[in-house]
Amino acid sequence: MTLTLAFRNLFHDRVRLAVTLIGILFSIVLVAVQLGLYLGSSYMITANIDHAKADLWITAYGAKSFEDGGLLLTPRERHQALATPGVKAVIPLIVKFAEWRKPAGGSTRVVIVGTDAEDGGLEPWALVDGTWEDIKAPESVAVDRTYLKELGINGIGDTSQIATGRVRVRALTDGVRSFTQSPYAYTTLNRARSLIGDGERTTFYLVQLEPGADLNTVQQDLRGRLEGAEVLTKEEFRNRSLKQWLFRTGAGVALIGGALLGSLVGTVIVAQTLYSSTKDHLNEFATLRALGSSSGYIHQVILMQAGLSAVMGYLLGMTIALGILVLSQGSALPLVMTPGLAFWLFALTVGMCAISALSAIVKVTKIDPAVVFNR
Amino acid sequence: MTSESVLKAQDIVKDLGHGAGMVRALKGVSLALVPGELTLLMGPSGSGKTTLLSILGCILTPTAGSLKIAGVATDRLSPEELANLRREHMGFVFQSYNLFPTLTALENVRIALDVRGQKGFPAANRAEEVLRDVGLGYRLKSYPGNLSGGEQQRVAVARAIASSPSIVLADEPTASLDAENGHAVMALLARIAKEQDRSVLAVTHDPRTLSYADRVLRIEDGRIVGEERRPEGLDAPEIADLTKRRKAHG
Repeated sequence: MTLTLAFRNLFHDRVRLAVTLIGILFSIVLVAVQLGLYLGSSYMITANIDHAKADLWITAYGAKSFEDGGLLLTPRERHQALATPGVKAVIPLIVKFAEWRKPAGGSTRVVIVGTDAEDGGLEPWALVDGTWEDIKAPESVAVDRTYLKELGINGIGDTSQIATGRVRVRALTDGVRSFTQSPYAYTTLNRARSLIGDGERTTFYLVQLEPGADLNTVQQDLRGRLEGAEVLTKEEFRNRSLKQWLFRTGAGVALIGGALLGSLVGTVIVAQTLYSSTKDHLNEFATLRALGSSSGYIHQVILMQAGLSAVMGYLLGMTIALGILVLSQGSALPLVMTPGLAFWLFALTVGMCAISALSAIVKVTKIDPAVVFNR
Repeated sequence: MTSESVLKAQDIVKDLGHGAGMVRALKGVSLALVPGELTLLMGPSGSGKTTLLSILGCILTPTAGSLKIAGVATDRLSPEELANLRREHMGFVFQSYNLFPTLTALENVRIALDVRGQKGFPAANRAEEVLRDVGLGYRLKSYPGNLSGGEQQRVAVARAIASSPSIVLADEPTASLDAENGHAVMALLARIAKEQDRSVLAVTHDPRTLSYADRVLRIEDGRIVGEERRPEGLDAPEIADLTKRRKAHG
């Protein structure tokens, strides 16, 4: 009966129910979009690190992110790393901003990513047109098709110029987007060197360990050998990149702040409507109390009202949020929704509604059942 | 007072308000309720009827005096323990019916069983049985807004007796009703007292209700000033009439 009473109380005043649901819906959409953008951004920031087959990353000292390594490492560091017990391979990887000259005039910045796929370090994933073999052909690069317009080209076969060198698009990826909005241009290690013309220097070394080698031991060993360079685990480098782009730039703070604001607005709206609904039904709750119901029984009715609001608001909010997610997929900053995020959003909605119910519960706790005789 | 009383109040005093505005609403009231009797508590407005009813119903606590329900002393009981006592031993009928407007007649009765932990089909069957018993078998799915005042009060009576409490307390049960419905409700309360062996106490200032009472207590200025016992076995014609109507409506 508590569920029936909660349901009827909610639907008794449909205008108020609509206000409650709009409040929750607004809150869920706002939080879902903000956190979806946060996850989408995080995915973009760490995608190359996640896809690289590296147990450890050797970076120039103080490198803040994947795009911020500079070209400071020399073959000397590579030889020192290769001489370290437990190290199986040390793969050079070049990452550097460069000027992309559009065929029709004008330019934009790209991030050149140069590596040799046969080394097993990093190669463009999600190739939808062309292969790594195509990229090995003279002048070849792979770019993401999201950025074709930005790069001033139409697709495979189009030519352009990076710095002073001519390049031809031989492969296309799908969904490999850049948080910096400077598209990645994947090419071979040697072509990257020839385009940016900085000799034997490189940005990162991807370290792969021998089977059974202890990660921490090798990391400490490498740190001891490589002065002026840092040796980071994949997780450490991911976190550092996320920290750089999401928190030092303030972007992540804004997204998380938006999500918190959404939760706060939703909580306040639901609290206000639940409180007002409880106030309207106070005499009924007093009657229940007079009939001998425990305070827990009455709290159960209020919490069920909150729970029903949460479920309905969540379903409506998620429907809209998923619609926005689908629409964002073609954009440069697509939203990401994972089962985990969907679960946490539901938990957040239920939590938000439960917190909102507190004000109503406090009100109902103070009911004097004697009012039933004074009506 | 008899040894079989299910409710026994002794020297009940109740002060309302604080400081200079304090009023002594009850000034040492003693009474007992026994099974099988309909007792009327009559008195003018402001005499303390409703305050006494609230105390007897464990809704208000007395300033002084003692109250025992089914042998359990109520002083020092917490609000939750008092709610337990109400749940186990009492049914209430209110002047304004206090039905849940969003629930049907059947659900209004079921919820009184639900708070007592009686759920599912047995509770639904019991609620239906009690509603048929008060002559509302044809109104099970009606909402209070679609019922007449008399029908609403009969739903309230059904809700009060659904869990078979030993005590039924009614606050001005006929005040909002016309003569015919008022008689029907009083007849119903009298029948409940007699047929189901319950103690029924009705607070009223309606003289039309007198013919249904086994006992009449008169209260004035916070004191019981008179007790009149009606002839035992009184059977008002409305009781028979109600029984007929109940059978007619099924």
